[in-house]
Amino acid sequence: MSITEKGQAMTANRLRDGAVVFFTRSGDWSEAIDAAVLATEPQAARALESRGKDDERATLVTGVYLFDAERRDGHIRALHIRERIRTLGPTVRLDLGKQAEGLGGAFPAENGG
Amino acid sequence: MYRYDEFDYQFVRDRTAQFADQARRRLAGELTEDEFRPLRLMNGLYLQLHAYMLRIAIPYGTLSSRQMRQLAMIARRWDKNYGHFTTRQNIQFNWIKLEDTPEILAALADVEMHAIQTSGNCIRNVTTDQWAGAAADEIADPRPVAELIRQWSSLHPEFSYLPRKFKIAVTGAPNDRAAVKVHDIGLRLHKNDKGEAGWEVIVGGGLGRTPLIGVTVREFLPQHELIAYLEAIMRVYNLYGRRDNKYKARIKILVHELGPEKFRAEVEAEYARRPKQETEVEERELARIAAYFAPPQFERLPRWSPRFEEARLANPAFARWVRTNVAAHFADGYAIANISLKPEGGIPGDATSEQMELVADLAERHSFSEIRVSHAQNLVLPHVKRDDLFDLWQALSGAGLAASNLGLAGDIIACPGLDYCTLATARSIPVAQAISRKFADYDRQQDIGPLKINISGCINACGHHHVGHIGILGLDKKGEEYYQITLGGSSATSASIGQIIGPGFAGHDVPDAIEKILDTYLKHRQPGEEFLAAYRRLGAQPFKEALYAAH
Amino acid sequence: MPLIKNDRFIDDPWTHVGLEDSLPSSGDIIVPYARLLKEWDALTRHDGRLGVVFTNIDRVEALSLFLPRLALIALPFPSFTDGRAYSLARQIRETGFAGELRASGNVLPDQLQFMRQVGFDAFEVTERFAPEVWLGASRRMSLAYQRGLYRPAGEAEVWSERHRDAEPWLEQPHAG
Repeated sequence: MSITEKGQAMTANRLRDGAVVFFTRSGDWSEAIDAAVLATEPQAARALESRGKDDERATLVTGVYLFDAERRDGHIRALHIRERIRTLGPTVRLDLGKQAEGLGGAFPAENGG
Repeated sequence: MYRYDEFDYQFVRDRTAQFADQARRRLAGELTEDEFRPLRLMNGLYLQLHAYMLRIAIPYGTLSSRQMRQLAMIARRWDKNYGHFTTRQNIQFNWIKLEDTPEILAALADVEMHAIQTSGNCIRNVTTDQWAGAAADEIADPRPVAELIRQWSSLHPEFSYLPRKFKIAVTGAPNDRAAVKVHDIGLRLHKNDKGEAGWEVIVGGGLGRTPLIGVTVREFLPQHELIAYLEAIMRVYNLYGRRDNKYKARIKILVHELGPEKFRAEVEAEYARRPKQETEVEERELARIAAYFAPPQFERLPRWSPRFEEARLANPAFARWVRTNVAAHFADGYAIANISLKPEGGIPGDATSEQMELVADLAERHSFSEIRVSHAQNLVLPHVKRDDLFDLWQALSGAGLAASNLGLAGDIIACPGLDYCTLATARSIPVAQAISRKFADYDRQQDIGPLKINISGCINACGHHHVGHIGILGLDKKGEEYYQITLGGSSATSASIGQIIGPGFAGHDVPDAIEKILDTYLKHRQPGEEFLAAYRRLGAQPFKEALYAAH
Repeated sequence: MPLIKNDRFIDDPWTHVGLEDSLPSSGDIIVPYARLLKEWDALTRHDGRLGVVFTNIDRVEALSLFLPRLALIALPFPSFTDGRAYSLARQIRETGFAGELRASGNVLPDQLQFMRQVGFDAFEVTERFAPEVWLGASRRMSLAYQRGLYRPAGEAEVWSERHRDAEPWLEQPHAG
């Protein structure tokens, strides 16, 4: 039986190249969803968002937002298909994007995964 | 084809330098994202689901082989070796880096291309008939006027911050292949009683959330008045178009809310009020441009090509491709060859760098180096000798470019959907792929006959689902993708907006639903009756029964 | 607020007078359009030049009675994406108005060239951008395809250049 922890993770696009990145436990940005920090309390989520806005102002990233996610067996899974596609790459080109670069999330885009 | 002169070159170079400066200021933090967004959008640079996306203008869908090669180079060097041809006859690259964009724009400028106004609330790439200058039914080639409009609309100081995006389409043929009735402005060339050519000006058509067929504002506008008249329409829209709600900001809403009469009166009043300009310069400019579009030096050939006829008899697969993908050319001994970018199970409109280069080679060998992009996301070699069609087909077959499905069930138009697009509510491409596989059999497609299936991944309708004979709209229902089906749409001369047939379907059920619709059509059709005509005759009822009857 | 005119930052010789402010006894003043309607008689007797702030929801026809007496029209941009004032500016210039046409409100450097081309010749700008950014921004493009724009010497009008021997096009006065 796996333990599921629900919360919110933070994502953005890196300003200079547009790459999808996730805010990590160590306070920087990673291209891999599994490095993302999961805020399980509303207060932590707000703190996260405020850090994101700081990094937007510092022109590191753009388009910061929080999304619902859960931790399953040590991996982060986005709850909405849109965000799962962002953690992987196009579902119609498995040879492209994070999924092809060893940075993809552990869960398929489709539900039931 | 149009060629840049020193002014056109200077213009794209200035613009490239301007954008390079804007990008530099953004990266240095001198511009906020809110300030930079409209600037980058006006240059075709979006921030999409996975990365930046750059949309490059292919004015009125005409490309030279040299330009196509440069696109292939850009895809290879700065993207992931492929591009996506769009329903606005443009191409977009999905994995672009902001910091590379100035270099890409410079590479485009080298081959007389740009990304100006491929996005943003401004006048977008003007589109036209992909068979312009070649079609047998044409009154005149619409591309000189399209080029005139391209120049006039490029960085127009008055009309760069419109309430919303603005799309113009032009057709020079009675059979409308440019969908002029579902554009913000549609222009249809026709002749009056005296045999003079002029424009029917149609305003306020459009798809999106509120699909509407445009209304005719002028039945017959003399050719030389066109630019001045367009300015009057644009000004009325810019001043009075709604800005309080982006879903009501397109000109169609203004036309609808004022009513066609009042809208027409506003335009005519503005047109009359403006100081009358000399139009001699515009006339001369049009003539200068038109010279570039003089037909290529066609050989005098007999209509009958024995070589072609023999190949057709000997090779059924070739014969099938000819039947579906080759269209009549006005010059004897020539044909229009359409290259489908819809292979079985493929991604509609995608082409690899190698495919682009092959098409460039083939255009040089067989079509006076000219290529067209169609709004159905296919390519066209407009001027191919009938004698050469078999060689062409063989070369295309070897590269996965010989799908014989133009205008049939497999020729599905689809936007990138949730696989790429940040606005999408559902995926489009996997649905297109599943339908394409289900109807892969060419004989079956042939039996079903002319059919337009259009798929959009959100209500913005980039896949033009409202005007598909069968339209599919992907939506999000509590985090699940589901798809609404509309029937009876058309963007042709007798345009109509499709009607929702009933409750939506889960993605994996869509191909079966399409099959039920088509089986119903096959059961009820009269001899020679196409799907759209049958639907218009039968109405929705039999299709509803087939889809939703309990057992 | 810094003011750019003729490609230079200058001290604004004009004073903004609000709807409720008392009229100064003399000097060049800019009043809201509503005040123009209300106090036209008094304003015509004002000792000094008269300017008006005209919002982009009013129609140009509403100005026609006042135009001969106006030396300045300010068109505010409520946001930099609201482009109505570009058309309004052109309409005002098309009436023959030769006074100062001033852009105010939410204006970005990257828009200055378009604004000048449609007839604006003064810009109330913010200190959010460096002065050299403001000054350089209005000349990024050395040419334009459209005809009848306001342009400084050296900025080419492509179609007119290509057809120099055509019927002489009535040159617009150069901006500034």
